[in-house]
Amino acid sequence: MIGGFFSRLKDALTKTRDGIVHKVQSVIRRHEAIDEDLYEEIEAILLQADVGIEATTHLLGRLRERVREVRVTDPEEVPGILKEEMGEILSAGSENPPGLPAGPHGLELGGLQPAVIMVVGVNGTGKTTTVGKLAARFKGRGLKVVLAAADTFRAAASEQLSVWGKQTGVDVVRHGEGADPSAVAYDAIKAAQARSADVVLIDTAGRLHTKTNLMEELRKIHRVVAREIPGAPHEVLLVLDATTGQNAMQQAAQFSKAVGVTGIALTKLDGTAKGGIVIAIKHTLGIPVKLIGIGEGIDDLQAFEPQEFLDAIFNNQSNNGS
Amino acid sequence: MLEGLAARLQGVFSRLKGKGILSERDVDEALREVRMALLEADVNFKIVKDFVARVKERAVGHDVLQSLTPAQQVIKIVHEELVQLMGSTQSRLAVASRPPTVIMLVGLQGSGKTTTTAKLAYHLRKQGRKPLLVAADVYRPAAIEQLRVLGRQLDIPVSAPEAGQTGRSEEALMAGRLSGQVADAVAVVRHGIEAANRFACDTVLIDTAGRLHVDQELMDELVRIVREVTPHEVLLVVDAMTGQDAVTVAQQFKEAVGIDGIILTKMDGDARGGAALSVREVTGRPIKFIGVGEKPDALEPFHPDRIASRILGMGDVLSLIEKAQTAFDQEKAQQIEKKIKQQQFTLEDFLFQLRQMRKMGPLEDILGMLPGFGQMKQLKGMSVNEKDLVRAEAIINSMTPAERSDPGLLDSSRRQRIARGSGTTVQDVNRLVRDFQQVQQVLKTLNIAKKRGKKGGKARKGFFPF
Ligand SMILES: Nc1nc2c(ncn2[C@@H]2O[C@H](COP(=O)(O)OP(=O)(O)OP(=O)(O)O)[C@@H](O)[C@H]2O)c(=O)[nH]1
Ligand SMILES: Nc1nc2c(ncn2[C@@H]2O[C@H](COP(=O)(O)OP(=O)(O)OP(=O)(O)O)[C@@H](O)[C@H]2O)c(=O)[nH]1
Ligand SMILES: [Mg+2]
Ligand SMILES: [Mg+2]
Repeated sequence: MIGGFFSRLKDALTKTRDGIVHKVQSVIRRHEAIDEDLYEEIEAILLQADVGIEATTHLLGRLRERVREVRVTDPEEVPGILKEEMGEILSAGSENPPGLPAGPHGLELGGLQPAVIMVVGVNGTGKTTTVGKLAARFKGRGLKVVLAAADTFRAAASEQLSVWGKQTGVDVVRHGEGADPSAVAYDAIKAAQARSADVVLIDTAGRLHTKTNLMEELRKIHRVVAREIPGAPHEVLLVLDATTGQNAMQQAAQFSKAVGVTGIALTKLDGTAKGGIVIAIKHTLGIPVKLIGIGEGIDDLQAFEPQEFLDAIFNNQSNNGS
Repeated sequence: MLEGLAARLQGVFSRLKGKGILSERDVDEALREVRMALLEADVNFKIVKDFVARVKERAVGHDVLQSLTPAQQVIKIVHEELVQLMGSTQSRLAVASRPPTVIMLVGLQGSGKTTTTAKLAYHLRKQGRKPLLVAADVYRPAAIEQLRVLGRQLDIPVSAPEAGQTGRSEEALMAGRLSGQVADAVAVVRHGIEAANRFACDTVLIDTAGRLHVDQELMDELVRIVREVTPHEVLLVVDAMTGQDAVTVAQQFKEAVGIDGIILTKMDGDARGGAALSVREVTGRPIKFIGVGEKPDALEPFHPDRIASRILGMGDVLSLIEKAQTAFDQEKAQQIEKKIKQQQFTLEDFLFQLRQMRKMGPLEDILGMLPGFGQMKQLKGMSVNEKDLVRAEAIINSMTPAERSDPGLLDSSRRQRIARGSGTTVQDVNRLVRDFQQVQQVLKTLNIAKKRGKKGGKARKGFFPF
């Protein structure tokens, strides 16, 4: 199974990598000098990866600066510089605070009393699936997990989570349709405390960040959790669909404002979308990507490693398609 | 929030007042802004490139109409071109000469297929049709149950594989999606059609599993379904928030299964929806409906002019008016509108509007829909929350009627009195008066814009609110 997992990850990353690297390289092959044309084509590549105008402009500015400062003349050096700049954005400020226990994928778990992770995002991004995958991962680490089916709105949302619960052998706390989601979160925490569970994963309903009342509902869940366990929720994960364009920036800003997002889970990277908006989000809002989703299966979740990720994107040798 | 294109173009052209025709340089400068607006709206990069070239060709050498500024002129051309690209409103769905009519929804994971299946059924039933839903997503956990629940809510029959069969999708989870033995989607669809015939349902709506366009095996499954039942309509469901990849997705679904129309979901958010332009360009198929909420009735016909305005960030005037109409007290609204026209808008009216706006959602959303908002940088931070509102109400209540209708009277001693009377600070009073004056300013601008609009031959009525 592990082998299958890595080959899926590689497949997924190859698509992304082939995208950008191939393009950068084919651009470079056509250029003998670093000229305006080259910059323009690099701009095109970044924009087409959903990096967005602002971050692209920033990256190109840095690129030009470095080319000027270090007197780079060889176009072949350009991808390396670009990669460094992108890496800088992605990893800035992401060093783990020393001495704190961290869960799988470097997630923050506080003192496990229990740790609470809230999963939020707009509709259909992959929240429930990510909760299911995380449950499996935590369980695999020997931690006792409770799932809170706090999406009481969407048709069969709690059934969906229950399937994951059954599959991972993890308890699911659920109420009836239309119940108060914070009551579900509360009960899940109580259940976790009673059963001495280590982690509570709260699956919330998809909601657009523009809906004031739904964002208020989310705040309420957050408040209830914080009241029950000091320091909780230990992580608030915003699930972003890699296919999303510039609107992801608004999503990140608004969800952060409401419930203080601590990290992003970037899903559906197994497609052809590049998810470049996370660079813009990190650049302007400072929110790091923590996890990536690379499929619908239980193992298709991976820690986001900025360097590894960029290495995979810019790794020239592994471009032979094997 | 992104600034509107209109405002940005205003900046570009502020130096060019009084020009007779649009020179190439003017147009280039303006089109740089257009390009940015389109890219920020997620229109595909290549499509933007072609589009901008086309507009340039049309705009250079164009006379600037008397009634318009050069900026407005370029916006007009851009807007017209966009609307044309978007096609016309075509929300009709195919009807088979021999029932049942078969409609199949396809798309990426989480785009909104299942929800939209239910919405379409609800919509068609209102037109007197008798729909049946087919749950052909045999993979995702509880996907079938989701459609069943929706069918139950709407009292519309659902044809689905037996419980025993669906249970197996759990195994598929463990092993990665396809290696598990799950019910065969083609068979499910075949049974669905049989069921429709049995229950004399004249329309079959097939909800399929979400799939990536690069997933060969699953794309083949769609092809097999199409071969089996030859749907009269295959609808691609696309999330309005989709970025640059929308073209690839649309292209591949089109090539693999053939697409007859598009439904753009989650348009109730603040995504600019540039993907609409991308999928439309790539498939050449009409966008038939937009999804504007999670409930079954949140489906609307697609209006090309509205989305064109939205993509450009020019403000969706029509939507604004509609939204205002549902939330506002009509009579009072008309009174205020009259006052606005006569420039007699008072603080009391302002208070009323603040309250109304809370009913309609965040102020920024509303203002974002308004043309000219981008210019009003001062208004940007002006969000309204309950506390502000209570405070504003207290302050206005502490004013004399004369002060309410003429804030010009408010010198510093009056302001101090009002602050004391309302339990607020002089700064609070100052801020409120300033906000009010800014709103008055917007109103004035819009009054002017409206008059201009009329001169141009397009009388727009009911500009309210603001
Ligand atoms: N290809 C792929 N599909 C994914 C991934 N993560 C989730 N999905 C699929 O995306 C769809 C939506 O996932 P859900 O987990 O139901 O999303 P959600 O955010 O909980 O949705 P709502 O609760 O309705 O807002 C499902 O079909 C999932 O199988 C991923 O990393 N890759
Ligand atoms: N706000 C809003 N939410 C929508 C709209 N359409 C669908 N949704 C929500 O988007 C999420 C995904 O919708 P589904 O209908 O489950 O999507 P799907 O394409 O069937 O997903 P999979 O079957 O997992 O691929 C749900 O939370 C829906 O309630 C819409 O127009 N507006
Ligand atoms: Mg969910
Ligand atoms: Mg579905």
